[in-house]
Amino acid sequence: MLQILGQNILNALQLGSVYALIALGYTMVYGILTLINFAHGDIFMVGAYLSLAAAAFLLGLHLGLPAVVVFVGAMCFSMVLTALLGVTIERLAYRPLRQAPRVSAVITALGVGLFLENFTLGLLGPEPRHFPTLISVGAWEIAGLTITPLQILIILGAAVLMVLLDLLVGHTLLGMAMRAISYNRQIVPLMGVPVDRVISLTFAIGSAIAAAGGLMYGLAYPVLDPYMGVRIGWWAFIAAVVGGIGNIRGAMLGGFILGAVEIFTPMILPSSTYRDFVAFSLLLLLLVFKPTGLLGRPIFERV
Amino acid sequence: MVISEKRKKLLTWLGAVLLLVLSWLLPASGLLNPYVVQILMYLGINMILTLSLNLVNGYMGEFSVGHAGFMGIGAYAASIITVWFLPRAWAFWTFPAVLVAGGLAAAVAGLVVAFPSFRTRGDYLAIVTLAFNMIVKSVLENLEVVGGPRGFLGMPRLTNLFWVAAWVLITVMVLRRLVYSNFGRGITAIREDEVAANLTGVDTRRVKLYAFLVSAFFAGVAGGLFAHLLQFINPRSFSILKSTDMLVMVYLGGVGSLTGSLLGATIFTLLMEVLRPLGLWRWVVGPLLLVLLMIFRPQGIMGFKEWKWFKERAVSSEQ
Repeated sequence: MLQILGQNILNALQLGSVYALIALGYTMVYGILTLINFAHGDIFMVGAYLSLAAAAFLLGLHLGLPAVVVFVGAMCFSMVLTALLGVTIERLAYRPLRQAPRVSAVITALGVGLFLENFTLGLLGPEPRHFPTLISVGAWEIAGLTITPLQILIILGAAVLMVLLDLLVGHTLLGMAMRAISYNRQIVPLMGVPVDRVISLTFAIGSAIAAAGGLMYGLAYPVLDPYMGVRIGWWAFIAAVVGGIGNIRGAMLGGFILGAVEIFTPMILPSSTYRDFVAFSLLLLLLVFKPTGLLGRPIFERV
Repeated sequence: MVISEKRKKLLTWLGAVLLLVLSWLLPASGLLNPYVVQILMYLGINMILTLSLNLVNGYMGEFSVGHAGFMGIGAYAASIITVWFLPRAWAFWTFPAVLVAGGLAAAVAGLVVAFPSFRTRGDYLAIVTLAFNMIVKSVLENLEVVGGPRGFLGMPRLTNLFWVAAWVLITVMVLRRLVYSNFGRGITAIREDEVAANLTGVDTRRVKLYAFLVSAFFAGVAGGLFAHLLQFINPRSFSILKSTDMLVMVYLGGVGSLTGSLLGATIFTLLMEVLRPLGLWRWVVGPLLLVLLMIFRPQGIMGFKEWKWFKERAVSSEQ
């Protein structure tokens, strides 16, 4: 029993890492623009497909490249291109609406997300694609738990990215500019902060992290389809809200909570198909009773 | 030309009766090809959905993105009543009551969204409505008695052009009376400034509650019509994608406008039909349209404007 529990906690950590990586993108954009970037889940989907393309290309060369090279190559390729995609979306779709009512921007975000899904669907067709196996080293048995190198890679990789991001936001000039914009967008340009550039960089970083999450998700659950970003994106979004949207450490915490919800739902309820029900009920209850999430600050409306 | 109020009223009723007679005769006479009749029925259903969503999103300025959830509840409730509780022989005569029952079921579900709307606004309410949509879909998928993810079938094809036309007329009339009533001014006041509305004596909670109930009711009726037209429903028909289609129709036609809702539903339905040869690429058009609309004309074609026939009566000509 204890072993099953331990194994599930490990699985929850693995899944939670992916959710946390995507939740970071939601929370960064919300923190800086107070915009719910509903397209973020689909940016993650594009990132996963780009890693698939890069990995398949590198393996297709038949050079006998070591798995690490393929992994790093795919990661760099998809992170750079997905960052470009994020910046492009911000430039074309969100920037013209920065002064518009917030609802317009949210609807636009929904539209952009659907556009990415349906565009991918049109381009690649509805058949799911299979992610190549990069790391096929067998599992280790430690204290009765089965641990795969892939699990270690995902959990550690995600942790490194999260620590780097936390350092970036807390201890660099760029991070300071981000926090300043989030604090007061009207005054900050007067202090000489290049607001547009900082916002573009925020989108680039958020999208790149989502692409890394896409690669890790593809390695762990190797079936990709154009609508995968909807479910994963929503779960990551709930994670961001649970942790307190706009709060980076909250997003990490929320990611792990949602990972646990997904893994432990079938242990308590009759089937894993109840997981959406559980997650969205959690979201609804949280919004009614504690709308700011676990680590968020309270919001006051100025009249 | 100025039409007197009396003549306008008479002409409106004549037009409504004429529309109903035509919607009965044309398909029966075989003059219209069944494909066209089919599209007209979908168009009518879309009109009802767009009108009902516009009440919340356009007139009240709230942001509901889970409207397909109400439609789904109406569709399932109406179908279950038809298939499980009513003898086949009666089905034809009880159909209007079944639709109303479906609408009422959706309205009850509307409470789930209306109560959080007292406390949260804007994007947080959007999340609530979305979560509601997802929960409805997830519950339907897990209810094995109604077929789970495989869907529910066995309804006779009771929806015809007459019933669709009748419900479009009812929706337009009810909403027109509603938005120009004292109550309707409360709805618009909430859109302009909720705090100010509250201070000037609008019972914002009551207004929001009723607006959500009415909106959900008509979405439920549209769901019932949809279910008895298609004769097969499954939870995927009522996903967030359906909700987004409704948003496109509302924001295309124009927010806060009955004419706009009818126009938006017409343009979108016909466009999707015309684009059918594009196959999968057809689904790119709706989202793209939505994004372009938000950037270049966020209020839509007829935003806050009304065709003169739908405008409220001028008070001076009444006395």
